Amino acid sequence: MNALDFVLWIALPYAGMAVFIVGHIWRYRYDKFGWTSRSSEVYETRLLRLGSPMFHFGILMVLAGHVVGLLIPREWLYFIGIDEHMYHWGATVLGTAAAAMLVAGLAILIFRRRTNGPVFLATTVMDKIMYVFLSLTIVIGTAATVAHQIIGGGYNYRETISPWVRSILLFQPDPALMIDAPLLFQLHALSATLLFILWPFTRLVHVFSAPVGYLFRPYIVYRSRDEHRGSRSVRRGWEGSNLPEKTPGQKRF
Amino acid sequence: MRVMAQMSMVMNIDKCIGCHTCSVTCKQAWTNRTGVEYVWFNNVETKPGVGYPREYEDQEKWGGGWVRTKRGRLKLRSGGRIQKLASIFYNPKLPEIEDYYEPWTYDYDMLLNAPAGEHTPVARPKSLLTGDDMKIGWSANWDDDLGGSTETVQNDPILKHMSDHVAMEFEQSFMFYLPRICEHCLNPSCVASCPSGAMYKRSEDGIVLVDQDQCRGWRMCVSGCPYKKVYFNHKTGKAEKCTLCYPRLEVGLPTVCSETCVGRLRYLGLVLYDADRVLEAASVEDEKDLLEAQRNIILDPHDPAVIEAARAEDIPEDWIEAAQSSPIYKLINEYRVALPLHPEYRTMPMVWYIPPLSPVVDVVASSGNDGEDVRNLFAAIDQLRIPMEYLAGLFSAGDLGPVTESLQKLAAMRSYMRGINLDEGRDESIAEAVGMTGTEMEAMYRLLAIAKYEERYVIPQAHSEQARELDELACSLDYDGGPGMGGAGPFGLSSGHGPEPVAVENFHVLKDRQTADRPSTPGRMNLLNWDGNGRPTGMFPPDKQKDES
Ligand code: HEM
Ligand code: SF4
Ligand code: SF4
Repeated sequence: MNALDFVLWIALPYAGMAVFIVGHIWRYRYDKFGWTSRSSEVYETRLLRLGSPMFHFGILMVLAGHVVGLLIPREWLYFIGIDEHMYHWGATVLGTAAAAMLVAGLAILIFRRRTNGPVFLATTVMDKIMYVFLSLTIVIGTAATVAHQIIGGGYNYRETISPWVRSILLFQPDPALMIDAPLLFQLHALSATLLFILWPFTRLVHVFSAPVGYLFRPYIVYRSRDEHRGSRSVRRGWEGSNLPEKTPGQKRF
Repeated sequence: MRVMAQMSMVMNIDKCIGCHTCSVTCKQAWTNRTGVEYVWFNNVETKPGVGYPREYEDQEKWGGGWVRTKRGRLKLRSGGRIQKLASIFYNPKLPEIEDYYEPWTYDYDMLLNAPAGEHTPVARPKSLLTGDDMKIGWSANWDDDLGGSTETVQNDPILKHMSDHVAMEFEQSFMFYLPRICEHCLNPSCVASCPSGAMYKRSEDGIVLVDQDQCRGWRMCVSGCPYKKVYFNHKTGKAEKCTLCYPRLEVGLPTVCSETCVGRLRYLGLVLYDADRVLEAASVEDEKDLLEAQRNIILDPHDPAVIEAARAEDIPEDWIEAAQSSPIYKLINEYRVALPLHPEYRTMPMVWYIPPLSPVVDVVASSGNDGEDVRNLFAAIDQLRIPMEYLAGLFSAGDLGPVTESLQKLAAMRSYMRGINLDEGRDESIAEAVGMTGTEMEAMYRLLAIAKYEERYVIPQAHSEQARELDELACSLDYDGGPGMGGAGPFGLSSGHGPEPVAVENFHVLKDRQTADRPSTPGRMNLLNWDGNGRPTGMFPPDKQKDES
C-alpha cells in the first residue's frame, strides 16, 4: 500500500464522512431557511413531470440496492436464503432497470435545467457543481455495472468493495480491499465521496427532510404563538428585557 | 365544548368600488420582493370572471379542499397522505406561473438613458423570470370590469356550473367585485396538505401561518388550498401566504387591506367557536347544510355557558369582551347577512361576505321603477334568477335561500331607512317582513353604513404577559427574502443569514433597494420604499459643491 492508496481509501473517505456530518449540522443551524428542495415546478411542468419521478424513483431504488449490496454482509443474505446466484441475478436486473430510469431521468432534468429560461436562471452555482458530481457518480456507476456485470463476466464486489465500505464505517479501515478493484468501481467510489463532501452545501440536503412524519401526525396542526417564537435564537445582546426568575427564598419588592 | 378564538373578517361587497387599493397596499407591505412578484395575498377580482389564478374555483382541475367520502369521513380532494407522498416529486395539481401570470417590469432605464435620437424611446416590458422581452397577455386582474371577458368569461367555473347559455345575458346585467384574502379556515386543507408540518393554525387567534424555517418546499399546500391563497416563492423555494397582518393585529391595528380600504367595507373581529365540532360540521352530508353547520359552531359570546367554557380554555377576559363587541358575530349570526365564500370546499372559511344588492337595485332603477321600494326590490330578487344563482354558487353551495335572505334584509334596510330619512316614519312592517325589528334594522344600518373605525375593527391586543416578546426583535417574518425582506446568501437567494433585528435589517434592505433597484438607474432611490427617515443616498442629485471641493 502506498501513500496514494492511503489517501484515497482511508483519508479521503474519513474526511468525506466528517464534512458530511459536520456540514449538515452546521448547515441546519446556520441556514434552516435555505433547507428546501427549491422546487422549480412553477416554471415548467412538462419535462419535470417525466424527469423528476423517473430520477427520484430510480435513485431511491439504487440507494436501496446499495444498502443491500454494500452494507449487508452476504452471509446474512445466505442465511435468509438468498444465494450468490439469486443475488447476482436480482442485482443485475433490478439494478439495470433502476439505472436506466435514473439516467434517463437525470438527462431530462439536466436538459430542462439547461434549456428552460426561468429554470436556468434559477440555477445556482452550487446546483451546477452538484449536478457535475452527481452525474459523474451516476454515469460511472452505470458504466461499471454495464462493463463488468452485463458485458463482462460479473465482478464480485461483495468480496472487495462491500467489506471495504463496512471497514470504513466500522472504523477498522482496510484499504487493501480496494486496491485491486476495477478502475471504474474505484472511480465511482471516489466521485461518490466527493459528492458526499459537497452534499451538505447543496440542495441535496432536502433528502434528509423526507417527510415520513406526515403519515403519522394529525391533519390540522395547532401551535401557540409563544411556542413558535423559538425557531430562531435571539442574537447575543438583543435579548428582550425579562423580569428575572424569582428564586426561592428571595424577596422581590 | 372546546372554545377557541378566531380572528375573522367580513366584507360588504356592495361597497367595493374595485379600486385595488387593498391589493396594492398589501403588496407594498408584504410581497414586493423577488420570488413573489406574481403573488397577491389580497386580490380583487371581477365577478363573473375567471379569477386569480385563472379558474381557481375549478376543483376538478386543482383538487383543493376536502370531499366527503361515502362513509362520511373527510378526505383531501387531491388524495390522502400516501398519495401525497407518492406524488411529491412532481405535484400534478400545482398551478404553473402562467396560471397566475408571468411577472414583468419595464426597461425604464431606456427612458432615462437612451441617446438623443429621432424616435422617442420606449420602455419595453421585460419578463422578471427570464429577463427577456415579453408580450403581456395576462395578469392578476386582466378581466377587470369584465374587460375582454367575452373571451374568457365562459371559463368562469361558477358559470360553467350553471347552464351554458346564461353567460352573455348575464354579462349585460350583472357585475361586482370580490376582494379575496386567505380565509384563515377553521378546517384548513392547506395545513392538512403540508407534509413537513410547517403550516399551522395559531391556537390563540386561528391565524394560519407557514413556518419559514420548517417549510421544505414540497409545495403541496399550494394545491391543497381551494382558494389558491398559498403561494410558492420561486426564489426561496418556500410557501408564503397572507398572515392576516398578525404583527399589526397583535398590537391592536387592523390589517393593511382593512386599514386602507377606500370603501371602508371590511370588518375585523374575534369570534368564539367550538373546536370540537369543526370536523363534524365540515362533514355534514348535504353541501347546502354546510353554511348552517358553520353558523352553529360559531358560539354566542354572550351565552354564560360559552363564557364559562372560554375562561376554562384560558381565553383572556378582554378577548371575551372583544368577541362580544365583535361586528363579525353580529353580521354572521345575529343579522345573518354575511355568507362564507364557497362553503362547499369544506374548509370552514372565516372571511365572510355580505352579498351585493346593487345589481338588483340597478335592474329595478334602470327599468324606470323605484329602486328603494321594498316591493320592487323583493320582486326583483325573486325574478333575477341568473344573478341569484350565481351568488348562490359563490356563497352558499348553490342554495338560493341564504342569498335571498341576506339580500332581502339589505333591501328592507334600504327602504326602511329611506322612510326615516324622508320623514315618512318608521314602517315596522318592512322590518317584520324579513323577521327583524325596526331597532335591529337601524342597528344593522349603523354597522353597515356609518360604523366608525373602532366599531369596524374590534381587535384585542395580544396579551401583555406575551407582549414583551412582541418587540421588534423577534418578528418571525424577518428573514432575508422571507415574508419580511430580500437579499442573497450563498445557497441561493435569501438563505444563510443569521438573525437580525428587524429595524437593522430594514435599514439594510431599504438601502439595498434604494441603490440596487435594477433595471432602473443605479444610485437612484425608489421613493416607494422610503420610510420617511433620513436622507438616503440617491434621493437628491449629487451635491455639486461638495464634488468640486
Ligand atoms: C427521499 C426522498 C426525496 C424527496 C421527498 C425528494 C423530493 C424532491 C422534490 C420535491 C424536488 C423538487 C422537484 C421540483 O422541482 O418540483 C426534488 C428535486 C431534486 N432532488 Fe429530490 N427528493 C428525495 C430524494 C432525493 C435523492 C436521494 C436525490 C439524489 C441524491 C435527490 C436529488 C434531487 C435533485 C438533483 C433535484 C433537483 C431536480 C431539478 O433539477 O430540478 N432527491 N426532490
Ligand atoms: S384559504 Fe387560507 S387557511 Fe383556508 S385552505 Fe387556503 S390558505 Fe389555508
Ligand atoms: S380597497 Fe376596498 S373598495 Fe377598494 S378594491 Fe379593495 S376592498 Fe374594494
